[in-house]
Amino acid sequence: MNEQAQAAQGRPPGDISQMSYAGPVVAFDQVYKIYGKGESEVRALDGVSFQINAGDFVAVMGPSGSGKSTCMNIIGCLDAPTAGRYLFKGVNVSDLSRDQRALLRRHFLGFVFQGFNLLARTTALENLELPLIYRRIDKKTRREMAMEALRVVGLSGRENHTPAELSGGQQQRVAIARAIVTQPSLLLADEPTGNLDSARSHEIMELLSKLNHDNGLTVVLVTHEEAIAAFARRRIEFRDGKILRETNTKRAG
Amino acid sequence: MLGNTLLMALREIRRNVLRSSLTVLGIIIGVAAVIVIVTLGAGTTKQVQAEIGKMGSNMLVLSPGGERRMGGAATTAPPFDLADLVAVRREVNALSNAAPVNMRPMQVIIGNENRRVNIMGTDSDFSAVRSWKVVEGRLFTPSEVRSGKAVCIIGSTIKNEMFAGQNPINASLRIGKVNCTVIGVLESKGQAMFGGDQDETIAVPIRMFQRRLTGNTRVDSIYISARGENEMDDAKAEVEKLMKERRKTGEEGQPDFNVRDMKEVSNMVQSTTGVLTGFLSAIAAVSLLVGGIGIMNIMLVSVTERTREIGIRLAIGALEKEVMMQFLIEAAMLSAFGGLVGISLGLLGAAALAPVLNVPFTLQLSTVLTAFAFSALVGVVFGFMPARRAAQLDPIEALRHE
Repeated sequence: MNEQAQAAQGRPPGDISQMSYAGPVVAFDQVYKIYGKGESEVRALDGVSFQINAGDFVAVMGPSGSGKSTCMNIIGCLDAPTAGRYLFKGVNVSDLSRDQRALLRRHFLGFVFQGFNLLARTTALENLELPLIYRRIDKKTRREMAMEALRVVGLSGRENHTPAELSGGQQQRVAIARAIVTQPSLLLADEPTGNLDSARSHEIMELLSKLNHDNGLTVVLVTHEEAIAAFARRRIEFRDGKILRETNTKRAG
Repeated sequence: MLGNTLLMALREIRRNVLRSSLTVLGIIIGVAAVIVIVTLGAGTTKQVQAEIGKMGSNMLVLSPGGERRMGGAATTAPPFDLADLVAVRREVNALSNAAPVNMRPMQVIIGNENRRVNIMGTDSDFSAVRSWKVVEGRLFTPSEVRSGKAVCIIGSTIKNEMFAGQNPINASLRIGKVNCTVIGVLESKGQAMFGGDQDETIAVPIRMFQRRLTGNTRVDSIYISARGENEMDDAKAEVEKLMKERRKTGEEGQPDFNVRDMKEVSNMVQSTTGVLTGFLSAIAAVSLLVGGIGIMNIMLVSVTERTREIGIRLAIGALEKEVMMQFLIEAAMLSAFGGLVGISLGLLGAAALAPVLNVPFTLQLSTVLTAFAFSALVGVVFGFMPARRAAQLDPIEALRHE
């Protein structure tokens, strides 16, 4: 049985950290997320299917309540679908336990949030080391990896600054560094520029584009701003729990 | 990973020094109380055992009156006399020595010194019975005992304080109205079990005590030493049988005398200490319980405050058990820290109280280790619920938490 066929079956997780897979990073197949029962039933996702391949830069768009956040949570293995199949790197996430999903996040996913979500009163370096600690990486290697990630986001020399000592844009750069320090298969950015002014937003988006372009990092971005979505190469628009349309946007340069 | 978790816990505790200190106050008080009580209790027990050793080994005390506790009311039972002593010496096989002991505090005058001293009327066997050696001079001779000659053997306090340390042998002192020649000095025994200085004693021949000091022929008590530890019960039984015969109480009658051994005395002291220790330990346990609840409360607050942090940790892939372990370690560290402070304060308190209560300070490593382990355990037990709550948070909800 080849890998593609295995993926279609939704293979068991095995040793999650050793997992490799050549197919799409994310594959939604008739995914439903339903809250409540009967009269008060809310279909946050109503039979959604799409795929995201390695190296993609996708913007997920839609008004609030359209299902884009639910979709993000499921892609990020923070939530499991009510029905349908979600394959992450060929693994059926619906079958996984809470801890197995945590292991997927640990080894293959990086998160960037609107509110930065750095640990307060903790230096940039220590924030970056946190995911590496959970991956049981030794102190010396941890430090090297963290310093390299800080260099990539252009914050060398700021390793001992706490979030309170950094500007919003710098904090978000630290957050991006924390997300990429583990070299994830997929970076999820949920409204990463929502708390930043347009100049800062532009810088952050340039950084994400560069990571996608230079390092081949797969990026999924949630936004409701046209200008931000314009950085992505593909766009998935949600409306009422369904995909309204998918478009490829060719951005010059 | 464990090292990092410990460091994180330490940092969280240090971040809220005041809050952490107040939280563990209950633990500190509880542990300190336990340490003080147990340390002083152990000191008391040790002291009693030493005291009993000093009283003379394998010793029985025969005194008139029925069952009564030490220091009980005076008895109306007839006293013994020297014939009883002779009979005990002759009839009891398990006996090694027996000596009469009459005690009475009397005024003693040496030169300008004048004080009230316990006078002991006895004979030369008391030295063997009570393991009380004569370190200078000599014991009474049989003829001095028989004739009731006015000679005496003084305790070391009398020598040191009333004779100002000068050689007292052949010196003269006055007991009441009787002039008496010093023939020996007893070795020092130190404080008695129930206060008082045992060395502030003067021993005189029993007949001299009877005739010239009290004017009667009574023997207030007879101290008996058995041949060995194993003969104690035999000796006691023989003495009881003999005295029942002599005092015509009959086999079934209520005896009008009692034979006490030092084991009873030591048991009595230990059971009193035991009751006290138990009672105060219960209070300490309540204090630990309250301290534990305090820790649980503050950990719940901490989990709520750090919901976002927990969300971040879960999002980047922390397992339930890892989050749980983090908070458990924090709680255990907090209470173990309280335990350490409590142990230190308790030991300081015990060391300060010991001289006041006249008890030796005995450091028991086992007590310290138990107290420490127990305080850490309190943290684990009461930290469990908050830690589980943290571990089971929904990462999506936790990340949205303001």
